[in-house]
Amino acid sequence: MSTYSRRDFLKTGLVAAGAGVAMSHAFPSIVGAQSKEPVKIGVLHSLSGTMAISEVSLRDVVLMAVDEINAKGGVMGRKIQPVVVDPASNWDLFAEKAKQLLLQDKVAVVFGCWTSVSRKSVLPVFENNNGLLFYPVQYEGEECSKNVFYTGACPNQQLIPGAEYLMSKEGGSYKKFYLLGTDYVFPRTANKILRAFLLAKGVPAANIEEEYTPFSHQDYQTIVGKIKRFASGGGACVLSTINGDSNVPFYKEFANQGLRSENAPIMAYSVAEDELRGMDTSALVGHLAAWNYFQSVENAANKKFVNAFKEYCQKNNLPGGNKRVTDDPMEAAYFGVHIWKQAVEKAKSFDVDPVRKAVYGQTFAAPVGTIKMHEYNQHTYRPVLIGEILKDGQFKIISRTKGNVEPEPWSKYTSPDKGCDWVNHKGTYQKKA
Amino acid sequence: MKRSLLLLLLCVAWLAGPPASHAQSPDALKALGDLAVDDADRREAAVGVLGATRDPKWLEFLTALRDGNVYARGKGKALEVVVGGAKSTKGDQDVIDIATAYDRKPLGTVPVSSLTEIAADRRLRIAIKPFLDADETRVQLASPDAEARRGAAVKLGHQADAGAAAVVEAAIAKETVPNVRHALEEALALIRLAHGDAAVRVLAAQSLGGLHSSDAVPSLQRLAADTNASRAERDAATHAIRQIERWSLLVRAIETAFQGASLASILLLMALGLAIVFGLMGVINMAHGELMALGAYSTFVVQNVFRARWPAWFDAYFVVALPVSFIVAALVGVVLERGVIRRLYGRPLETLLLTWGASLIIQQGLRLWFGAANVDVSSPRWLSGGFALMTGLTLPFNRIFIIALAAVSVAAMYWLLFGTGAGLRIRAVTQNRGMSSCLGVRAGWVDATTFALGAGLAGLAGAALTQIGNVGPSLGQNYIVDSFMVVVTGGVGKLAGTILAAAGIGGLNKGIEPALGAVFAKVAILLMVILFLQRRPAGLFATRGRSAEA
Amino acid sequence: MPRREVIAVGAAALVLVVVLPLCNALPPTSALHLSDFRLNLFGKFLAYAILALGLDLLWGYAGVLSLGHGVFFGLGAYAMGMHLMLEIGAKSVYQSALPDFMVWNQVKELPLFWRPFYSDVFTLVAIVVVPGLFALAFGFLAFRSRIRGVYFSIITQALALSAWLVFNRNEMRLGGTNGLADFKTIFGFPLNQPATQRGLYTVTALVLVIAYLACRWITRSRAGKVLVAIRDSETRVLFSGYSPASYKLFVFVVSAVLAGVAGALYAPQVGIITPAKIGVLPSIEMVVWVAAGGRGTLVGAVAGAFGVNWMQSWLTTSYPDVWLLFLGGLFMGVVLFFPDGVVGALARLGAIIRRVPAKAALGRERAQPAPVSNRP
Repeated sequence: MSTYSRRDFLKTGLVAAGAGVAMSHAFPSIVGAQSKEPVKIGVLHSLSGTMAISEVSLRDVVLMAVDEINAKGGVMGRKIQPVVVDPASNWDLFAEKAKQLLLQDKVAVVFGCWTSVSRKSVLPVFENNNGLLFYPVQYEGEECSKNVFYTGACPNQQLIPGAEYLMSKEGGSYKKFYLLGTDYVFPRTANKILRAFLLAKGVPAANIEEEYTPFSHQDYQTIVGKIKRFASGGGACVLSTINGDSNVPFYKEFANQGLRSENAPIMAYSVAEDELRGMDTSALVGHLAAWNYFQSVENAANKKFVNAFKEYCQKNNLPGGNKRVTDDPMEAAYFGVHIWKQAVEKAKSFDVDPVRKAVYGQTFAAPVGTIKMHEYNQHTYRPVLIGEILKDGQFKIISRTKGNVEPEPWSKYTSPDKGCDWVNHKGTYQKKA
Repeated sequence: MKRSLLLLLLCVAWLAGPPASHAQSPDALKALGDLAVDDADRREAAVGVLGATRDPKWLEFLTALRDGNVYARGKGKALEVVVGGAKSTKGDQDVIDIATAYDRKPLGTVPVSSLTEIAADRRLRIAIKPFLDADETRVQLASPDAEARRGAAVKLGHQADAGAAAVVEAAIAKETVPNVRHALEEALALIRLAHGDAAVRVLAAQSLGGLHSSDAVPSLQRLAADTNASRAERDAATHAIRQIERWSLLVRAIETAFQGASLASILLLMALGLAIVFGLMGVINMAHGELMALGAYSTFVVQNVFRARWPAWFDAYFVVALPVSFIVAALVGVVLERGVIRRLYGRPLETLLLTWGASLIIQQGLRLWFGAANVDVSSPRWLSGGFALMTGLTLPFNRIFIIALAAVSVAAMYWLLFGTGAGLRIRAVTQNRGMSSCLGVRAGWVDATTFALGAGLAGLAGAALTQIGNVGPSLGQNYIVDSFMVVVTGGVGKLAGTILAAAGIGGLNKGIEPALGAVFAKVAILLMVILFLQRRPAGLFATRGRSAEA
Repeated sequence: MPRREVIAVGAAALVLVVVLPLCNALPPTSALHLSDFRLNLFGKFLAYAILALGLDLLWGYAGVLSLGHGVFFGLGAYAMGMHLMLEIGAKSVYQSALPDFMVWNQVKELPLFWRPFYSDVFTLVAIVVVPGLFALAFGFLAFRSRIRGVYFSIITQALALSAWLVFNRNEMRLGGTNGLADFKTIFGFPLNQPATQRGLYTVTALVLVIAYLACRWITRSRAGKVLVAIRDSETRVLFSGYSPASYKLFVFVVSAVLAGVAGALYAPQVGIITPAKIGVLPSIEMVVWVAAGGRGTLVGAVAGAFGVNWMQSWLTTSYPDVWLLFLGGLFMGVVLFFPDGVVGALARLGAIIRRVPAKAALGRERAQPAPVSNRP
């Protein structure tokens, strides 16, 4: 008896079993054709891994919005059934899960992604299969996909106003700018645009420094030393696109080496209430951030939103309970769901193309105030707020634009000749001079 | 233009003039009323009038106005401007406590709907700012907090406003804290440099050179290049710049050395436990990072307990957290060792995988229990801030503490291993397990205690790390590879190997970093370790003898 | 090769290479239809299986544990990715001949080391040669100095970490954390067509079969026996007149080449390659595929790669919180209770059923590791 007989038995058995299981999954799922069947939507946020810290809250707020809508009867009489998957902060799992949501679960729309990597990895999936994605996070612009609605800020809705504030008399008339970021696409593009903006406003190139650290970088001793030397003589500020974990050691080292927010304030573009929850804020008090929404915005709609979210977390036993906070990406995710619902009702259909056309120009009474979807460039009109960090992890709003700011996916400082238009053109186009 | 000129004059007059009376003048009251009108010009002028009184109570009112706490009540003749306080909800109405604008006499609680908010729009805020700034600086100069005084001094120096000279001089006379005094003298010199005549400027430049003020370099450079200035001034400025630059070089050298020592101490703390376990049992413990995370989370829990039960003793929580972290991590280590690792002696590659599996489980467990988000561990007061060793060089207290902790740990290890009976037994089992067993040493017991010791040290390292970095479930991942590098470079023959390796890697890393940047410095170190191992495959101090290789 | 095995391998190859793609080609309404999504997923798993084969050869047969194979996987994937990026040409977001990430990094012209990748032939050669050369250099230095056991594993970790750090830097002009993505065509075939994906899958399956046969040939040859001897006792082999370093180097290079090829097949099927696949964590996960499947048996490697990744796909959909616990438990369970992996456990089970000594059931070359008293 050959010793291979058992082995080849195992081999064939395994492969046959594998193929059999594969085929059993291949049977098409029974899709109810009745109109009162629930409509499926996809939720594509990391629930484990490095990005879980930020993305879990987005999943929670989307599910809360779904509950709200279902309690009022759903969309066009159909209840929404969310399909939640976990791409585990793994970029190729994002692509796989996106394919699964669109091709297997056949969802009508997906709310998801945070990092630009995750968005770029799912973009081909959405474009090839004509899916629809609502992306709620601030990003670097320079993108204009037919299949994505960008409810987060473009550079001109966050980066530029923040720098403008610091340059203004009210902000302190700062003249030297240290651009510090984590090494990936958002800070790199952000700093490219900021540099172009500062140079256009007459800031000499010697007064602009640029530096990048990798993700999860912990040791900022050398960099803070450099900032100290850069700031000698006064008039310097830091424009920070440091992401995630690295913020805590950076701010701590900054304070411990004797720098104060009155001498060299840090304007952060990626620090919001949810990140401050896990930080020792004593080193951050007095520093600034620029966003399109803060939890401390005072109006009836926001009060309702914040209370509803705290109650939701409490009721569902989510970690943090009613101590949970709301921030800009969460607000964007929240109104994204409602905008989609409104668009479906206007288009009287769940299909992607009519819904897309119905989204253009929609307005909604969001927690920060009334926001509006742009008429043709897939982005959103939002107001800009500057906040000062308080000890309790909230922001004191010290400046706010009167109305909403129009989104410019292609910044006029770096790509003045490009525009984004899906009504009169096919997306990105060259403007005639 | 006329408006801003007026404001400027007012500010200057305000700074230079005598203190105002504290009465509520009729002008002030009229200005108060003007705040509620629709005309933006009148509102701005009103702010100017109120600010010019230099009355601290009016300045407080302006602060309230800037913060959005000022309201108008009633209309016409009965118009009253009030300051709002605490908000609450009575029934289904929102109510707010109000007080008078000047005296802050309480006026009771009224519904919010009965008040009209007087919004401080941008223009108003710009108008308010100079009064508050000047006042804030003045208040800050008199603050009991030394850091606030120093901040105020630095700000005054940057503004270089002639009117502030007298104030600064007065403050210098009263100042006792050396580094604040230094900042004040710097500020005074900067003011004189900007506004004095030639002789004064020369003296100012010399004094700035002597004070080693790097803040002054831009102004000194401007003076040195100024063709209208006299020869003496330009020379004084150049000489001062050179003095300051030499000082800066010295400071930078000491700074790099300190940073290197700090990094080395962190690496040493992390690697010590690992080295002991590896040396004794040949076990590479991939869960070492997670044991550090457990130590860090224990510190978090202790902090919370102190915050809830004994808030007055909060600053002491860290002292308690250190032994708690040690014990918690040691216990988990014992469980790991007795439970699973014990079965795999002599099979290091398997142990590596096993402990990696354990690390994933511990990590996910932490994530499920404490949440995926980072948790907030505040530094106690005695570890915040830094020690101003010399001008321009502040050594953070938390890093000094970690260096001390590392030194103490190493000393304790030496004493334990070479000065106690338990240490003797550990060393015996390390050298020859079989023989020690024959001589009556309980090898199993020694294994458990050694692993516990190594794990405890990891917990201690985790507790120390909470002061300089984040605390989250993936804390272990950030440091594990560095710990291994140190252990592998140092070899397992002697403890001195680990110390040398930590010092070498830490120092080299910080030495290269200014030139290559953080990332490439790290990559260079990793490559150097790999190349180093070519020469000495088993590290700096490898074990010798027959038992070394199978 | 014994007839039984020929039949078994042939059957498996037939199913993988011919039957499954045919099922995918059937119209969606047919009962036997295999969805594009599933086929694509299998393609990914098969690419992983190729990598696992190489790793098994290195670890299961030669006893060298490499915790840095993600580097070689990444090198192959990036080589293919660079070519695919250049193929996009002016159809990208910025409509420039330069890849997108270079535009937002403000790079004005294509760096020199990118230029050769315009050529199809160069790319194919690079996929094999670059990981191979890298492994040759690293292995030569390491094995010559007799770095072994745990020390070797740790320095492969250092290698993985360095590579990850370097690839993440945008200055390296390799896409940074975003990596290379948004591929449009491969060698002229559009990637969004099911036919192209089917073709890629078939190629992957074919390469897997060839790799399996090649590995099998190596293990049955005399070199294979020396490798096993090295795993069991290297010093003895040294004193018997062989040069363990050369054999280890040979296997290391072969496994690196297999990893590179796996990476190159992975990139177009998944559509993105980032440094996330290069670092310490993914490299260790690759080891657990082999461990769970059964190291020292080639089938085990394939089964492990397939099975563990399937589990990950399933668990992250249904029970996301549980995935890491499961993975950790798998590591521990495999090491403690199933040192021969699933395949080994099944074989033991089979042996119990047939009442045959387990050793015979597993095959002659599966020796027990020699117990060592104290030392690594």
